[in-house]
Amino acid sequence: MSVPSSDSILSVRGLTKVFSSGVFRRTYTVAVKDVSFDMKPGTILSLIGESGSGKTTIGKLILKLIRPTSGQIIFRGKDIAEIKDKEQLRDYYRKVQGVFQDPFATFNPLYRVDRVFNVVYDSFGYDPTNKEEKIRQVLESVNLDPDRTLGKFPHQLSGGQLQRLLIARTLLMDVDILIADEVISMLDASTRIGILNLLVDLCKSRGMSVLFITHDLNLGYYISDYTLIMYKGRLVEKGDTKKVYQNPIHPYTKMLFKSVPDIHSKWDRNEEFLPEHVVQEVKEFYSENAGRGFEEVEKDHVVLFSDL
Amino acid sequence: MSENVLEVRNLRAYYKILKGEVKAVDDITFDVSKGEILGVAGESGCGKSTLASALIARKPPLHYISGTVKLLGRDIINMPNEEFRKMRLRNISLIPQYALDAFSPTKKIREFITDLVRDHGVKADRKLMDKVVERLQLVNLDSSVLDRYSIELSGGMKQRVILIISTILDPEFLIADEITSALDVSSQRFVATMLANLRDDGIIGSSMFITHDLSVLYQIADRILVMYAGNLVEIGPTDEIIKNPRHPYTRALIASLPQVGVQYKDHRLTGIEGTPPSLLNIGEGCRFRYRCPYATAKCEKSPSLERVDSQHQISCWYWKEIESDVSA
Repeated sequence: MSVPSSDSILSVRGLTKVFSSGVFRRTYTVAVKDVSFDMKPGTILSLIGESGSGKTTIGKLILKLIRPTSGQIIFRGKDIAEIKDKEQLRDYYRKVQGVFQDPFATFNPLYRVDRVFNVVYDSFGYDPTNKEEKIRQVLESVNLDPDRTLGKFPHQLSGGQLQRLLIARTLLMDVDILIADEVISMLDASTRIGILNLLVDLCKSRGMSVLFITHDLNLGYYISDYTLIMYKGRLVEKGDTKKVYQNPIHPYTKMLFKSVPDIHSKWDRNEEFLPEHVVQEVKEFYSENAGRGFEEVEKDHVVLFSDL
Repeated sequence: MSENVLEVRNLRAYYKILKGEVKAVDDITFDVSKGEILGVAGESGCGKSTLASALIARKPPLHYISGTVKLLGRDIINMPNEEFRKMRLRNISLIPQYALDAFSPTKKIREFITDLVRDHGVKADRKLMDKVVERLQLVNLDSSVLDRYSIELSGGMKQRVILIISTILDPEFLIADEITSALDVSSQRFVATMLANLRDDGIIGSSMFITHDLSVLYQIADRILVMYAGNLVEIGPTDEIIKNPRHPYTRALIASLPQVGVQYKDHRLTGIEGTPPSLLNIGEGCRFRYRCPYATAKCEKSPSLERVDSQHQISCWYWKEIESDVSA
């Protein structure tokens, strides 16, 4: 296990989460296994994986919505498992916030936007005197007109606007870490790029660190400085985005790149392509490279060669 | 004899609600020729699913205003329901959006299939079940899935089963509505490719493939029809639409697609400002004019569908001017 690097705000080390289910809780599902990475200020990490790979579980673990089975999440030098009382937890949430996939399901349909923001602001115990000004300010920073937004109900706003509101809500706090879990998968192509650009701008101007969880490789490439690829709960490849995309090593990463639809190249229709094959390919890859574990193939590019 | 499987002329299909009419499909004209996969692209609420419903579902609150739809030379809009029922599954078949979630949780897949074909007057005998098993092998599933419940299958497996069931009677025309959207990228490639293979093998005649994802259409469609707010804005061969789009909306939509190789540091993509208009009681005029950088007073009147060449049609007053403006 490596030591957290000095310039990271949040370090994840050997994170593992096992869910148990069944009548006697004897069925185990390993959702996340031995995951380690660092989040640095002013950078965007994309966490890419297919459904069931454990990417959302990692987001939930960092947001302290569920407890890890083992491993640590170290925020500013302190393990978040040590957060015990409500006050400390509130302090943590002032710095670490999340935005999720479905903006239509997140809002209370009976609350106007101003009420949502008031409730959040009050619950974090900020100075009430400049509340209104602060709320207007965060709305402007996500390119929404406060006068045309505050008095509205959620159903009167579009998906893109709601998602901007959720990002604005996190900015009420002075966040260091933003977990963005599939935030644009429900939005249309013409509006989602605006949200991506917004995340990039906020990240760079505020020195925030964003964990961008997605299944879409094209979006991941556009937005991120650093890429993490997940497969069945394991981080199989990670590194500098351009390096991972230009030189994928792990068979699962290769398969993902082969299946992503792109408007510059067409799939080879003669090539036999079966998603099931990857299971066997990964198995063979691991047995050929037995005992190697994680290895750095080039600077800022790490591959899991065998599952220990 | 024309080579067209489907001919749609000036189709208008509106939803009637208390406040008036929602003009979800407004004056759409196109053909689907034999053996062709026509991709239908557009953003949510643009009327692409309504277009599918207008062709096959024929249920209120959707009602027809005008236009004709001919399938295999027969007018299917004015056809009595009983007669149209006979064409379903045999001649025209639909895979609706969210079909994945439409399996009955208490029925095994085998039961589901026998019920379905019996409903269409086909006996679920040995011969048919052999055909099902044979087709399942095409999508790399073995016959054991027939004795499973839908909850035991993954999303990708369910979508493959659906693809097989809805094409079991070899329909001339298949409408596939967002069949790849809820799937992982790997399953997405498999299912989309499978659809093209079914066409190549002559199992289905032609197909209308509806999706919001232009990059998937680029992979398998022969032609692409782009819709915006209930109108057809551009239709043409796939390569033309993707590489050389003419309509300002298609241009903006393609420019907003992130691709591997494009990072924010090197090239900042732009979306389209604003949102599509409400289709409730919408009046005259080009519906993209509120978001279009080229819009003028002339756009208050609806443009008609013009031919760029024999294959490529566009609905915009200024496409020629934009063309020379961009290339200049």
